[in-house]
Amino acid sequence: MKKLYIIPFILILLFVQSCSKDFTERNLEYPALQPASLDINAGTWKPILLTAPTEFPVAAPVATTSPDYIIQLNEIKSFQTRVSEQEKKAVNYWSAGAVLRWNEIMRELVALHNLPPYQNPDGTYPVPSPNNPLAYPQFPFANPPYASRAYAYVSAAQYDALVAAWHYKKLYNRQAPYVVDAAINAMVPKSDLPSYPSEDAVVAGVTTELLKLMFPGDQEYIQAKAEEHKRARLIAGANVRSDLEAGEALGKLVAQKFVARARTDRAGTAGGNPATWAQFEAECIARGEEPWISQESPKRPPMLPLFGKVRPFLFDSLTMVTQIRPPAPPSTSSQQFKDETAEVLYYSQNPTRERLRIVQFWADGVATTTPPGHWNDIASADFVSQNFSEVRWARNMALLNMAMFDAAIVTWDAKFTYFNPRPSQVDVRIKTLTGLPNFPSYISGHSTFSAAAATILGHIIPSKAVTYEEMAQEAALSRLYGSIHYRSDCEVGITCGNKIGVFAIQRALTDGAE
Amino acid sequence: MRKISHFIVIAFLLMGTISSAQTDMDAIMMEKNALCIGPMFGYSSWKNYWEGTLKRDNENLGKVSTTMYSVMGAYGITNKLNVLFGLPYIKTKASAGQLKGQKGLQDLSLWVKWKAYSKKLGQGRLSLFAIGGYSFPVSDYTADFLPLSLGLESQNLSLRGMLDYQRGAWFGTLSGTYTRRNNIEIDRDAYYTTEMHYSNEVEMPDVITVNLRGGYRNKGLIAEAVLENMVTQGGFDISRNNMPFPSNKMNATRIAFNFKYDMPFHPPLSLTGNVFTTVDGRNMGQSSGFNAGIFYVIDFSRKQKPTRESEKK
Repeated sequence: MKKLYIIPFILILLFVQSCSKDFTERNLEYPALQPASLDINAGTWKPILLTAPTEFPVAAPVATTSPDYIIQLNEIKSFQTRVSEQEKKAVNYWSAGAVLRWNEIMRELVALHNLPPYQNPDGTYPVPSPNNPLAYPQFPFANPPYASRAYAYVSAAQYDALVAAWHYKKLYNRQAPYVVDAAINAMVPKSDLPSYPSEDAVVAGVTTELLKLMFPGDQEYIQAKAEEHKRARLIAGANVRSDLEAGEALGKLVAQKFVARARTDRAGTAGGNPATWAQFEAECIARGEEPWISQESPKRPPMLPLFGKVRPFLFDSLTMVTQIRPPAPPSTSSQQFKDETAEVLYYSQNPTRERLRIVQFWADGVATTTPPGHWNDIASADFVSQNFSEVRWARNMALLNMAMFDAAIVTWDAKFTYFNPRPSQVDVRIKTLTGLPNFPSYISGHSTFSAAAATILGHIIPSKAVTYEEMAQEAALSRLYGSIHYRSDCEVGITCGNKIGVFAIQRALTDGAE
Repeated sequence: MRKISHFIVIAFLLMGTISSAQTDMDAIMMEKNALCIGPMFGYSSWKNYWEGTLKRDNENLGKVSTTMYSVMGAYGITNKLNVLFGLPYIKTKASAGQLKGQKGLQDLSLWVKWKAYSKKLGQGRLSLFAIGGYSFPVSDYTADFLPLSLGLESQNLSLRGMLDYQRGAWFGTLSGTYTRRNNIEIDRDAYYTTEMHYSNEVEMPDVITVNLRGGYRNKGLIAEAVLENMVTQGGFDISRNNMPFPSNKMNATRIAFNFKYDMPFHPPLSLTGNVFTTVDGRNMGQSSGFNAGIFYVIDFSRKQKPTRESEKK
């Protein structure tokens, strides 16, 4: 009998030893990029900031028969004589695409930095400083507006840099080392795309340069990624060193145009000061409305109250005010406002598991990639299956991220134009099912981001347009279910987001890529 | 019910509880065909918590409390083999801030306790036990709502070795538990630990718990002091001003005082209770609380025996 008793323990031991806790992360399963089209004429596509693809010169490459080039081929061969498992892993990782991987890296940096600073002993809050990024609170606080801007600048700059790269690729038409020398093993799918300058190095160069501005405290990590990326391309036999050097140099030059724009886009002053914070409140009271009040303890200044003044990419600030800014929300003394507040209370008091799932899935709160990051992930997963070229990846990501950056500007403009209180402020019975954002309610950022994203993504992949629209609706309603937004916030956010998405579509229709 | 001595150490994880332990932590056996069963009530709260190793409070949570109602029981398959169960209903609440507390059934715990060896040693008696446990969520709660989630959602397999020595009415018990925790699935499909993960699956680090207890154990009364140390084998620290996450490195050192008292007028009826506090921790709330229960022993044997028989060595 005693032996029988042992059976359960043996089973437990077997369980402990046999079941691995490893699990699949979908982004590591992405296959190597094999573009359906080389988009060989992408050098003619309309850049965003560059005046022309030739604005920054790229010198003609040496001939593939030159001694200098032979030396570069030999460098690859020496790498390929012994490729470690780790190097193979790096080659495979980067083979999924430069735009994709750098987008993921950026999302990771956003998640790392998406943490609100802890208060000072006196109850005020410290402000992260780009000049001292490693001191607490670390710079940046990558909140949704900040993140949307970082994604937009990097994606737009990657696109311009690749348009320029494609111009020079076609002009110089130097083939990849695995084409030039049959002795070089192609560890990634072969392509007829000219390899000078390297599109991978262009993306690494332009991105690292912009990330110096966006994430100044993470340079060691970023540089290590860039080195791994370039080395992976050499080991893979896809680029010689001069492909990489020319590409990286071009990327860094293009980045400077975007850095210059970023320094003057008014984001640096979006935090405002105590006088501006008080002014929003006073103006709201003067309109006869109940103003938003921070429900954090100690009271935290609103997030980036002047972000609505930042320069958009897809339209100018005047267009925003006249064509996109939503009408005023229901008055805080109106019956509609009371009814909508009651609806929020209902969702607060009657959560269902399905609604909680929706709230959680779309929450994208602290320590996440933010709603724009979530949509970058959604887009990435779908773009992988579309077999876009790197330049088309960049173009589509730029359209998506410019739309969401502009959505952040429109949202923040509305929030601080109307300074509307959150539901839990006007009815203390309302408890929230997700973190309460520290800024006014109207309009919902999630709704505006999501509708802008869904609209442009539906244009890029028409077969999924309905799906994207449904996802945006769900993302919007998640904020009502989470009891942090009124229905008006969500519905008007969707309307504004759709308008912004249409601006992105208008650009897409005229940039030469369709 | 000698059985539910315990210490409901329900490991009061940062905010929420992983149920574990009731009588599975002690050296007391139900005798064959006897069932000890009853309701328990528990309350615990914390104001301070450890963000990594940094102890802090949070004005946007205030006091985080957990109220527990549970049913627990132990049954003697033989005098040396018992099965035990516990099923708590949990309510969580934060006294400040806007986050809504959660409520619902948490995890069902099942234990098999085997008294493998017992021998007179010196003036007393030495006993060895092997205990296996399994717990799993019985409702579809989400772990990804710390500190107010009902639990951590993982299925747990525990293996415990326990050594007990009793001399006269005084005893000491030492146990070590390895808890294997299955990965969990959360409602979002990407999350950040110390790096991004693009999956809804979260790897849950295993846990080792060492429990030392000692005190008075005699017919009708048990009174014991408990020292417990729980160490998560892996996991990561909450970063500055971040929210907790189910796969955090949750460690805790707790002390408790437990008692169990059989009603002299009707020994099958007993009262149990404990108080506990957390003296050190990591990525958890510094919780203190109490538990109280009423248990009744039903003997399904043909011939009724006084319950106290079950205490005979």
